[in-house]
Amino acid sequence: MVSEFRMPSLGPDMESGTLVAWRTHPGARVKRGDVIALVETDKGVIDVEVFGSGTIEELLVEPGTRVPVGTVLARLSGAEQETPLTSIVLPSQPEAKAAIAAERVPTLAPSGRQKISPAARVRARELGIDVTKVPGSGAGGVITLEDVVSYAAATPKAPAAEPAYDMRQVIAKAMSRSKREIPHYYLSLTCSFTAARAFLERHNSSVSIEQRLLPSALLLKAVALAARSMPEFNGCYTDGVFSPATSVNVGMAIAARGGRLVAPAILDVDRKTLQAVMTELRDLTTRVRTGHMRANELAASTITVTSLAEEGVDLIVPAIYPPQVAIVGFGSILERPWIVEGVVQPVPVLTMTLAADHRVTDGRAGARFLAQVRDALQKPEGL
Amino acid sequence: MNEVDIEARVLQLFLEVAPDVDAAKLRRDVAFRDQFDFDSMDTLNFAIGLHHAFGVEVPETDYRELASLSKAVAYVARRLHERGG
Repeated sequence: MVSEFRMPSLGPDMESGTLVAWRTHPGARVKRGDVIALVETDKGVIDVEVFGSGTIEELLVEPGTRVPVGTVLARLSGAEQETPLTSIVLPSQPEAKAAIAAERVPTLAPSGRQKISPAARVRARELGIDVTKVPGSGAGGVITLEDVVSYAAATPKAPAAEPAYDMRQVIAKAMSRSKREIPHYYLSLTCSFTAARAFLERHNSSVSIEQRLLPSALLLKAVALAARSMPEFNGCYTDGVFSPATSVNVGMAIAARGGRLVAPAILDVDRKTLQAVMTELRDLTTRVRTGHMRANELAASTITVTSLAEEGVDLIVPAIYPPQVAIVGFGSILERPWIVEGVVQPVPVLTMTLAADHRVTDGRAGARFLAQVRDALQKPEGL
Repeated sequence: MNEVDIEARVLQLFLEVAPDVDAAKLRRDVAFRDQFDFDSMDTLNFAIGLHHAFGVEVPETDYRELASLSKAVAYVARRLHERGG
């Protein structure tokens, strides 16, 4: 049976992707899960795995080509059609870095197409070499594979693309779109974190070290429960229509060292135990920082949470990730004078800010949403 | 296990939590979070790593003693000594 390997969709807003490099060749035997292509989207460079086992019959798209989602990239024979598997490689990975550098190599010289042999072009991509700078020794000045190799040997390797720079571009693009298209409104609420802290201390001293919870797990769950009960904050706004989501997949903004920031989703947070949410959060944070995310995690968020819990700021006023319609930002948990039963006391407090989309909801609904999050945090044993 | 062995192992565990950190630039007496973005999730993962590698309990209240490489080494050495190891 012949099957097709297509440009994957990594979210409702993704229209196209660039095939950066093949990691296979015609005739190669591949098995489910093998990485066979690198694809670049506005979310970063993605390691695309093959969905079935078989033999690569034909590669249909040249590296450097941008194609719409769903475009057939390759044909496989003897493959069983299965659910596509993909994983994300952040630009800090050496391979992805090289791929980005390669992607930047112009395929066209200013005066037209560079005279270069196909093998030389592929090698130049792999080496991250600007082919316009390579002198050609072949007939009519064609750049040969040998030219590329000797140029590479004689020239210090071009610095790989700076990952922070690429990530800034990605963030800038998403946030510009957010601020341009979404009429945000913002509401803020400060509440005591006393009950939640006591709960965490009690829990964490009574369980094994792997089962300890961080405050983020509580925050994620509290937001997920509010999102479930108020579906107008949980879903996508596309083409002038809001579609509430049927599940609550909470995106968590996670920073990696080096200025990278992504917001992969934890699926069905409202239906998971705190322990399960925490386990996934740990796993996700590790994978963000070491470089591997799965495609569905980037595509699936229905609402986002962002936290600057350890940075000492009072509050964060976040921008919604399109096409979502709400994001909740948590400031730091700080000791502040607070009135408890008529007496001023030092109490850990937390300020949460909701940014929501005025095309879908208004401030009244937003206030109820935040009140639900607050109430959930006052009774953490119910989370 | 002497302090040199402990330090090598602790450093290895730290780098497992923060593989993107350049070990050559790590200053052993400066808090991790003052040198790199190192947050509570990293601290938890580091504590879990120490627990598994050395078999010592690391209660949450001791996290501050893991703040830098030299502190973490001293902490592990003390805990091993207390355990009679």
